[in-house]
Amino acid sequence: MTHDASLSSPLNPLHDEPLIVAGKRYQSRLLVGTGKYKDLDETRLAIEASGAEIVTVAVRRTNIGQNPDEPNLLDVISPEKYTILPNTAGCYNAKDAVRTCRLARELLDGHDLVKLEVLGDQKTLYPNVTETLEAAEILIKDGFKVMVYTTDDPLIALRLEEMGCVAVMPLGAPIGSGLGIRNPYNIQLILENAKVPILVDAGVGTASDATIAMELGCHGVLMNTAIAAAREPVRMAHAMRLAVESGRQAYLAGRMPRKLYASASSPVHGLIS
Amino acid sequence: MNITLNGLPFELQSGATLLDVIRVLELEGKRYAIEVNEEIIPRSEHADYQVSPGDDIEVVQAIGGG
Repeated sequence: MTHDASLSSPLNPLHDEPLIVAGKRYQSRLLVGTGKYKDLDETRLAIEASGAEIVTVAVRRTNIGQNPDEPNLLDVISPEKYTILPNTAGCYNAKDAVRTCRLARELLDGHDLVKLEVLGDQKTLYPNVTETLEAAEILIKDGFKVMVYTTDDPLIALRLEEMGCVAVMPLGAPIGSGLGIRNPYNIQLILENAKVPILVDAGVGTASDATIAMELGCHGVLMNTAIAAAREPVRMAHAMRLAVESGRQAYLAGRMPRKLYASASSPVHGLIS
Repeated sequence: MNITLNGLPFELQSGATLLDVIRVLELEGKRYAIEVNEEIIPRSEHADYQVSPGDDIEVVQAIGGG
């Protein structure tokens, strides 16, 4: 292997396909949010360390009377450099989610890739599936490319895919909980049927959680709090980059079967006694 | 005239356009989107779009989020 052999070259033994979302190719399988950072400088450094190419943002009312010289998130996370993924976080019904997506499209000059999330209640931030389905239908008809946050229910995931969502993103655990992948078997069931990218969105707490998601065969992982709420967010962003790459390579490599009893690694013949 | 701007009462000179609203907010040249009475008004129309008394205007921007 030559040193500069790119991972996209089939000649490289570590060769991997890019992640393809709505027809666009990405080398990174880690998607990150921009919330909860100390300041925009930390946001920028963490996102650079994560290697992410798709970055989520929220759409909110402008603060009347705010300091006009305050730097804007999109000055730091430039839409020329990153694929901006506006979310509908904070929306509890289809109408608000659709309205938010349309505002985001106007804000981003017609960019139509969105992260749809319609929440059920404030305590769990669990997805409201019926409102999510309704919003997805309206948005897809309206020409949006919808990456949808949902429960880890395999039938709902399949239905969202069949409706035309460009990626389905089941939760690993509640948003911001850091509890990890609570139901890997459901994620596996979702993956078994999927023809669009499946990304674990929400629930990752530390690097091993992201690795587990990738080892299951997920096409990517989306996270925010696991990085932003770490003691050292920039270092954790780097850790997550490695974790996602590591889990992906382990998935491609194919793990050894589990066995109950030992199997010696050294030859059993030629022992001196 | 009195309008509602991002959920708060707001006073504008009569005949003001959406571009005037953006100037008052010192957002010119930044990325934002505007809704008037829940309908998006494309950026290309802001200079000509006259605000009416009682209009409910929302101005939004991108901020940090997951």
